Amino acid sequence: MLSMTYASLFYLATLLFLGGLGYRIYTYWNTPAPLKIPTMPAPTTHRGVAFRIFREVAFFESLFKSNKWIWIFGYIFHVAMALVVLRHFRYFQEPVWGIIALIQPIGMYAGFAMMAGLAALLFRRFAVNRVRYISRPSDYLMLVLLMAIVASGYGMQYVERVDILAVKAFMLGLMRFEVLPLPSNPYLLVHLGLVSFLMIIFPISKLLHAPGVFFSPTRNQVDNAREKRHLAPWAAKLDEGRDR
Amino acid sequence: MADFETPKLGNFLQTPCMQPGAMDHSSPFVAAPQHNTDLGFPGELVDNWEEKAVERLGELLDKNRALKVFMDSCVKCGACTDKCHYYIGTGDPKNMPVARQDLLRKVYRRHFTVVGKYLPKLVGAEDLTEELLDDWYKYFHQCSQCRRCSVYCPYGIDTAEISMAARDIMDHIGKGQKYCNEILGKVHKIGNNLGLPEPALADTLEGLEEDIEEDTGVAVKLPLDQKGADILLVTPSADFFAEPHVDGLIGYAKVFHEAGVSWTVSSYASEAANFAMFIGSYEQMKEVAERIRKAAQDLGVKRIVVGECGHAWRVAYSFWNTLAGPFDFLDPNYPIPQHICEFTNDLLEAGKLNIDKSQNDHMTLTFHDSCNVSRASRMGDKPGGQYEIPRAVIKAVCNNYVDMSPETIKEGTFCCGGGGGLLTDDLMELRVKGAQPRMQALHEVREDSGVTHMAAICAICKSQFSKVMPYYGMGMDDIVSVHQLVSNALVLTGQTLRDGEPIEDPDEAAPNAEQGTEQNNETAAG
Repeated sequence: MLSMTYASLFYLATLLFLGGLGYRIYTYWNTPAPLKIPTMPAPTTHRGVAFRIFREVAFFESLFKSNKWIWIFGYIFHVAMALVVLRHFRYFQEPVWGIIALIQPIGMYAGFAMMAGLAALLFRRFAVNRVRYISRPSDYLMLVLLMAIVASGYGMQYVERVDILAVKAFMLGLMRFEVLPLPSNPYLLVHLGLVSFLMIIFPISKLLHAPGVFFSPTRNQVDNAREKRHLAPWAAKLDEGRDR
Repeated sequence: MADFETPKLGNFLQTPCMQPGAMDHSSPFVAAPQHNTDLGFPGELVDNWEEKAVERLGELLDKNRALKVFMDSCVKCGACTDKCHYYIGTGDPKNMPVARQDLLRKVYRRHFTVVGKYLPKLVGAEDLTEELLDDWYKYFHQCSQCRRCSVYCPYGIDTAEISMAARDIMDHIGKGQKYCNEILGKVHKIGNNLGLPEPALADTLEGLEEDIEEDTGVAVKLPLDQKGADILLVTPSADFFAEPHVDGLIGYAKVFHEAGVSWTVSSYASEAANFAMFIGSYEQMKEVAERIRKAAQDLGVKRIVVGECGHAWRVAYSFWNTLAGPFDFLDPNYPIPQHICEFTNDLLEAGKLNIDKSQNDHMTLTFHDSCNVSRASRMGDKPGGQYEIPRAVIKAVCNNYVDMSPETIKEGTFCCGGGGGLLTDDLMELRVKGAQPRMQALHEVREDSGVTHMAAICAICKSQFSKVMPYYGMGMDDIVSVHQLVSNALVLTGQTLRDGEPIEDPDEAAPNAEQGTEQNNETAAG
């Protein structure tokens, strides 16, 4: 029963996550950008734009220019989370890739860094007047949700250890559409429940900043307006009926 | 208009404490019905305005990727909260870029997102009430669309795009702003923001020709509607009469004269400014831009050069090709369009202008990067040319030049406080307070480096500064045009007078006069 419930939840979450995110990306992709609006100075080549977006995604370049504290906290949190997510790949593969095996010990520490980054961001949200002014309940709850996911993960390590092999067997089973028994460790159940919840809300929340950064016209447009005419399909219709 | 206190200038720029409601009274005059209907918008607030506003928002979301992505992407990190000059100058939290965006975003969330529909409080989603519409009108007219926030946003969210969308929605429900809409009506009818008809324009240009000849002894022409000229000059109409703008126009005329090119102004398209950008209307912006296309074709010119104007250069550089292109009837050997600073800089680099820098020795200059030039366009063929070229021009004609503090220039430049359709007397308090960050940076170089004057290449910046600088204890003449500096230093071929007085030693004043003539002939032939 428990295994069935979590298996269904996991499938549902995956479906909503991929479907919702796919739909969002589809709408971004299909909405035209009628004018050239890169924030200048901007690269004059496509390669330059790719590099600009890479710097934005890999180093949070604009945020670094803006505010060193937010950058430090945000960067620690995101990099640590990336390591933690990579570390979890081992539950979905057999044999485990060499690189994933290699980062296992780092991933354990990364969880603490992730927690520290989140705590600092949450503290900022309360402590800085300007940031408190712009915060809504969902902004706090998103941080709390992520912290609860990390905490429940560590619960399995330090409070009530879980049968890792059984968890892995369950996950590998899901990938073959086969439901195997899931250990009933409370931390594990909370952990998986919250992760599923996070996946479900991803496409309908501010977590859309992840795909959004790739579609931001101020960052992904080439500065070549004088050389190349840029015309949206709906705008092209306005040219019809022009004398010459 | 309430009385207000001019912000104090200190030793450095400070982020103010929040003062909720500090600018709640600031609201520009609402357009008269005629101003709106002239542009095809409803004259007055329509009955079902809430429904219509949401409908228009939906249309814009489908037409403009930027708006759609920006509505979703914000994580409320706070990076932008201390970046807006209006927030720094007023302390009103609704002038923090993210808070300004949220005025629109809360309606977006309410009507276009799942969570906003069912759990509005959780994400701050709200219906568009009369109170919120009032806030839209007030605070989307406290954004000069300068894009400074977009530089610092980790997702590149540009509040300018959002305030343009909000103004467009308000226009579509009959709540237009008087200043912009009235001016656009004049452009459609007469061809320029001032409503200056052809005879008045001709008169003005003739007067300037006489002034130049009286000053220099050289007959420099400012041609109007001259068919077959090589170059069409499109410049903000303020250049025809306002100070210090007109001194810049005299500078362009002298440069064209020395370059030996034929050029003309068009009375049909006698305006570089395009206020349709401020109200976020693609269609209006296109209509204004098409006038320039038509003028260029009717006059049969080969090139278009744009005078000193910030948002006009954004529209020209970034949008003209889209709105009114392709300009395949112009000479492809030159940039289409070309900025007057690019034009002058090419001549200076080639040594084709005879410059006497000492004519500007009574000044120590600094340069105000105009927001639309800095963050929304380019000059030259390399990114950042929009910073280097105007500075190169100034340094080529002045001996004394100092930059302001690095975080307040180039891509981090502060708006003058009057851009984006806010250069109107009914927003004087906002304009004075919004100028504070720039005034602070200027104050520092005046104190530390003996700067006396600030140069700019934007008609709005120049008008704004000459009006607000006195509030900060500076002179209204302390703002100058870049081409005014060029004009001061440029020694015309055959020039016999300076400021109407005979030049004492013509040889010394014009050491390269002969050489210059030869080169000019070459240019004319080429």
